[in-house]
Amino acid sequence: MTDALQRARRPETASSDPGPAPAAPRGSRRARRRVTGVLKHMGLIALALVMLYPLLWMVASSLRPNDDIFTSPGLLVDTFDFDHYPTGWDALSYPFSTYLLNSFLVVLGSVIGNLISCSMAAYAFARLRFRARRLAFVLMLVTIMLPIHVLIIPQYVFYAQLDWINTYLPLIVPKFLATDAFFIFLMVQFIRGIPRELDEAARIDGAGHLRIYGQIMLPLMVPALATTAIFTFIWTWNDFFTQLIFVTKPDLYTVPVALRSFIDAQTQSDFGAMFAMSVVSLIPVFLVFLFGQRFLLRGIATTGGK
Amino acid sequence: MSALDEFRSISRSRRRTGPAGTDEETRDNKVAAIFLAPWLLGLLAITIGPMITSLYLAFTDYNLLQDPKFTGLENIRRMFTDDRLAESLQVTFTYVIVSVPLQLVVALGLALLLDRGIRGLSLYRSILYLPSLLGASVAIAVLWRLVFGADGLVNSFLDIFGVDGPSWVSDPDTALGTLIILHVWTFGAPMVIFLAGLRQIPRELYEAAATDGASRRRQLLSITLPLLSPIIFFNLVLGLIGSFQSFTQAFIVSNGTGGPSDSTLFFSLYLYQEGFTSFRMGYASALAWLLLIIIGAFTALNFWASKYWVFYHD
Repeated sequence: MTDALQRARRPETASSDPGPAPAAPRGSRRARRRVTGVLKHMGLIALALVMLYPLLWMVASSLRPNDDIFTSPGLLVDTFDFDHYPTGWDALSYPFSTYLLNSFLVVLGSVIGNLISCSMAAYAFARLRFRARRLAFVLMLVTIMLPIHVLIIPQYVFYAQLDWINTYLPLIVPKFLATDAFFIFLMVQFIRGIPRELDEAARIDGAGHLRIYGQIMLPLMVPALATTAIFTFIWTWNDFFTQLIFVTKPDLYTVPVALRSFIDAQTQSDFGAMFAMSVVSLIPVFLVFLFGQRFLLRGIATTGGK
Repeated sequence: MSALDEFRSISRSRRRTGPAGTDEETRDNKVAAIFLAPWLLGLLAITIGPMITSLYLAFTDYNLLQDPKFTGLENIRRMFTDDRLAESLQVTFTYVIVSVPLQLVVALGLALLLDRGIRGLSLYRSILYLPSLLGASVAIAVLWRLVFGADGLVNSFLDIFGVDGPSWVSDPDTALGTLIILHVWTFGAPMVIFLAGLRQIPRELYEAAATDGASRRRQLLSITLPLLSPIIFFNLVLGLIGSFQSFTQAFIVSNGTGGPSDSTLFFSLYLYQEGFTSFRMGYASALAWLLLIIIGAFTALNFWASKYWVFYHD
């Protein structure tokens, strides 16, 4: 593994460029390679700029007077206008902090739910022998790919009967029941990489499965748990479809649903305020990305999350 | 190993142990029941139960207020005469068939470009990956509406060159295109998966090929692409499944209508309108099953076709 990493990290110049012995003089070849290298970097920098441009423009626009927004494609702000943030904050029926708190609440519940329920299921799939294990495992894999739309209407009916509409229960309770099977799979993969000798040693010392799970596996699984927590955070924070359906009372709105009502309410007027609140809504995801990148990249690299 | 590989290997492998019920297979039954209890409850109450219910509802007329009324094949008959359904199928297929391959080609191209130990790899990777984390959010969809609006960013740029651009999001000919661009913009996630896959390819293969005089292009075609094909397949299947279900962007960009002139009426948006705006829950359930069947058929087709182009070296 480390070997492979080192190989992958080996800088371009050090890699013995294979290929038949050069007939051309060394100097010109090296020069040509340097030119293509520079071109490559220029292309990548240009692409990175194009990719980030809309985001940067959004931030710039949130700081401009409304009249400037649609006349300035540039990123430099001539006259700063910080009013959009306070205006946007109070533009809807509740202050934006309400929606942020609501979203955090849903995210927190979802993260805790996924961590507990998925790690338990993963432990069983990875370490226990039980009846119909293969069937259960296949079912779990299939549910990863099942579209939510097939379930949403009967789920709605079901939650309506439980009187759960306009509460966060339909958003959080399923997470405690390991319905995000993708994370079970991610953790199963991780546990399989943990040497069995560890559990076996613990078993010989008389530890039961609950203790092995709680005191050996969970601490060793921290990277997989972190990946799960981060992905759950981002996906739940961005999730619009289920939140739109289950939450219809304005005081319960989460950030995506609140932002949506911005378009409804402000069709003709305050774009700056809308941009400002859009920026605010992206900040948590951006921070998680900044600090959790390592786990994010590992997570999608090992199991191909989406 | 990805979920798809896992699936593949399970479907091919035979049972290694004896028949169910032997000590070896069932020794942990009781404790497994404890560990799996939440998952099992979720599977039954939140997944399988609703699936069966929605299959039943698909054959009923149901508006949430009165009990579902069984109507036989009425909903299915209705599908064949539903112009908006035809429209939304066309929109969805166009979107999926254009945006998924386009995104993968961009992702693969950049992964190849970044693979050979380029300086600043991690910075480029982070920057290119970021949009795929934000792309699903309402904020970005709002942004897109304004970037491609009549006075939006794109047209401000075109203005500099004296071109008077249309409102891209409110022209039926271009609205879907803006959503395709948004999808391509989020190529970072598959790119990172490709990069991880490229690292698994042993460098020795390239060295050996080069010794035999194979050109860079030859190496790409004969080593890189075949060895990467399982990952291309994985990204393709996930991309198709995901984009068939796209909802948020079309909803926000069209303000919930799927317009202009139904040109962004994604299937899931139409389903939402039928179910939660018009409260035709029965018909919406039938639509949901249609979506499941379409996705299932596409995925099966993909698995079948993979025999001809995906290379497994195990």
